[in-house]
Amino acid sequence: MFASRAAIVLLSVGAAGIAAPSQAETILVAIDRLVYSPAEVDARVGDEIEWINKDVLVHTATVKGGAEVLLPAKKSGRLVLKEAGSFDYTCRYHPNMKGRVTVRP
Amino acid sequence: MTIRLTTAATAIALLIGASGALGNDKPTDPQIAHIAYTAGLLDIEAAKQAIATSKNKTVVEFAESMLRDHETVNTQALDLVKKLNVTPEDNDTSKSLSQAAESKRQELAKLEGAAFDKAYIEQEVAYHKQVNGALETLLIPSAQNAELKSLLETGLKLFRGHQQHAEHVAAELK
Repeated sequence: MFASRAAIVLLSVGAAGIAAPSQAETILVAIDRLVYSPAEVDARVGDEIEWINKDVLVHTATVKGGAEVLLPAKKSGRLVLKEAGSFDYTCRYHPNMKGRVTVRP
Repeated sequence: MTIRLTTAATAIALLIGASGALGNDKPTDPQIAHIAYTAGLLDIEAAKQAIATSKNKTVVEFAESMLRDHETVNTQALDLVKKLNVTPEDNDTSKSLSQAAESKRQELAKLEGAAFDKAYIEQEVAYHKQVNGALETLLIPSAQNAELKSLLETGLKLFRGHQQHAEHVAAELK
């Protein structure tokens, strides 16, 4: 009885430890000559990706059937990550541009 | 079907024409600049025709992106030739590209609706494939100036993107 209560207490302390708010980060992805760099990034729910488009061309970061960020020439765009998972994205106008964001809970 | 065959035949004829016209001689930088600029200009004209004719949102959006990208690249090309003090030189490849584009433009002018959309997008796939082939095998290897070569290389990456974009739109129209 005591043992299991101790376990519950420990568990809730553990849970509180995980739930403690961690600092959300902004992860930068540059676009230069039709390449996302870095092409693959790891993030956490709540983090933000900022794509910095260095090209004179209009690009996007588009998840098929999901979010889309328009990236005008020489401008940047942001997206807050709200969902865990692995997301492949491309540019709507240049589908040979490929990137991936892996979002941990 | 007839349209598809014509497109393929045009592309093949152009490729033969392109290598034939220049013989075994590599094109010079002024010729390469002219060919690249002309190829962009012709796609801009095709895009304008599509924007004026098509009622399909996806096709119009595609054409608008072609117009935007090729105008941007051609502006860069003009800035570069000015900087390098190179005068683009007309040549048989530029001429045969222009002639083929003009006959395609007339062919497309007779079409409307879904038939136009299909023919325009298929032509865009074939055209970018052809231009990319020429860039890869002839224009980039022949370019002497490093900055011109670099612009052509970025162009190839961009036009490969256009080809894939066109292929996606073509698949959507089916």
